[in-house]
Amino acid sequence: MPLSFQNRPSLVAYVTCGDPDLATTREIVFAAIDAGAGIVELGAPFSDPVADGPVIQRASQRALRKGTTIDQVIQLAREIRQRSSAGLIVFSYWNPILHMGLARFAAAAQDAGVDGVLVTDLPVEEAGDYLREMRRRELATVFLAAPTSTDERLKAIAKASRGFIYAVSRTGVTGVRQQLPDDAQKLVRRLRKYSKLPIAVGFGISTPEQFMAVGGFAEAAVVGSAIVEIIERNRGKEPQSVAEFVRRLVAGS
Amino acid sequence: MAALDELEREYDKAKRDRSFQRRLDELLRAYAGRPTPLFFARRLTKKLGGAKIYLKREDLLHTGAHKINNCLGQALLAERMGKRRIIAETGAGQHGVATATVCSLLGFECVVYMGTEDMRRQELNVFRMRLLGAEVRGVESGSRTLKDAINEAMRDWVTNVRTTHYLLGSVLGAHPYPTMVRDFHKVIGRETRGQILKAEGKLPAAIIACVGGGSNSIGIFHEFLKEKQVKLIGVEAGGRGHALGEHAARFDGGSPGVLQGTYSYLLQDDAGQVANTHSVSAGLDYPSIGPEHAMLKDTGRAEYVSASDSEALEACTTLARMEGIIPALESAHAVAEVIKRAPKMKKSDIAIVNISGRGDKDVGILRENLKLD
Repeated sequence: MPLSFQNRPSLVAYVTCGDPDLATTREIVFAAIDAGAGIVELGAPFSDPVADGPVIQRASQRALRKGTTIDQVIQLAREIRQRSSAGLIVFSYWNPILHMGLARFAAAAQDAGVDGVLVTDLPVEEAGDYLREMRRRELATVFLAAPTSTDERLKAIAKASRGFIYAVSRTGVTGVRQQLPDDAQKLVRRLRKYSKLPIAVGFGISTPEQFMAVGGFAEAAVVGSAIVEIIERNRGKEPQSVAEFVRRLVAGS
Repeated sequence: MAALDELEREYDKAKRDRSFQRRLDELLRAYAGRPTPLFFARRLTKKLGGAKIYLKREDLLHTGAHKINNCLGQALLAERMGKRRIIAETGAGQHGVATATVCSLLGFECVVYMGTEDMRRQELNVFRMRLLGAEVRGVESGSRTLKDAINEAMRDWVTNVRTTHYLLGSVLGAHPYPTMVRDFHKVIGRETRGQILKAEGKLPAAIIACVGGGSNSIGIFHEFLKEKQVKLIGVEAGGRGHALGEHAARFDGGSPGVLQGTYSYLLQDDAGQVANTHSVSAGLDYPSIGPEHAMLKDTGRAEYVSASDSEALEACTTLARMEGIIPALESAHAVAEVIKRAPKMKKSDIAIVNISGRGDKDVGILRENLKLD
């Protein structure tokens, strides 16, 4: 189903699946959607999350200790899809998908009702097989654009993207920051030259002010580490805590 | 990607710039101490009763291992790119020390990432890096060894990419690193060819080297790739056993996978998660392997075997007592292989072993494992 961006900005919420366990992740996701998340990124944990800061690193470790696999993440997507029409993106590093088998992964994701996929460490230059398989299965392909990406690469990223483009707000890894750098707005401006797709800005967003500020120049804001940290700090009441956080975040949009 | 593209462009320019090569050669000669000797191990040869054994003495290079060949090359590139800061990962610490060394030489700010487990077992090198002026940052995540140090170095690079060059220490990572690092180590093989022809008038029957990431081995192998009669043997870390997690032999149970920007053989579990590895030698303790080695294995040009922790420890003692050379535990894996192989070779054949580093850093481990004092 097409990914829709109904509010401005829309909230794309990221969670690491399996932290603290899959059943809780499911409840967290429903709570986040009810509270206002338009799209959910279901993060599959990986042993070597090189693009992630300490918060998501810790969440990944916990999820892996529980034995969370990418198959289970797809199964979780299926369960969520049964009760919700929110956008669902499977978010993973490349190796678990490769190991599962690209065709098998894509077929399973489509069957489960997943809308799109984002592979953190797969650059467009290496994405030939991936794009073919995703298109076959009508799955949106979300790529990351960085402030250091050249115009040539932004063009290539725009061409390969479907659903939306993820604009990384700064040079660095995932993690909450006090301020949103100027890099973000400039990057979005540059991307608009090459694409009409909605743009979601991510990395470092955690406050309603930052969230609303993104709405001034982009269609959506991705919030990951802030949510994962709330989950980490509120054992036993994760869904409620996340719902409260999301409600505050989107209150102005 | 932008940083990788910039690096590739700059490297291509440097390759065609004679003044770059001249400056690098001069530093390799006057500062690092190249060329390194190729030494005939007379007593070891006699003891084993087979092939004539020659040792390529990369352990005699400044800082005590082959690593500095690559560090000098990349640091000169970083200078051309106007970077003011260099970061690196390190396993056994030799690459970290070599990086800290060239940073002092050329005036760069230096940060080295090292797994806290590795810091514990290679203490001497941690001290050397700090003495040289580098900041050593311990990495507590994951297995606390080399792959975790690489993760952290990559995170730093991605955050500080505008001011910083990531001086990767082996033939791993995204392009252009595997090619570039190999090119900076090709000098080992080039020298070896001239030296063995001068000493024996013919090429060796076998060249043996240990393989962690694969830089010292590809550095000596590359010169001889086209001569199929020269057997190329890479020795991986056999660790404590064959079960996943007990060793770091990628060609023993590994399968194609992507880790840290490289597609190569990877020790991984059924879910595509990267496996923990074990080796008594920190420098071989890594779950993936340089992609060029994967190609050499798949095409059959090179053969890959392994030596266990105990075989490597014993080989260390043997070389120390037979030739007065204490090899690094990594290099001892190659020595262990020649001990097995030489007796089965003709007396007229030559076997060359790359002694990639010296063993001072391993004194603590050797003391723990050998009952000497």
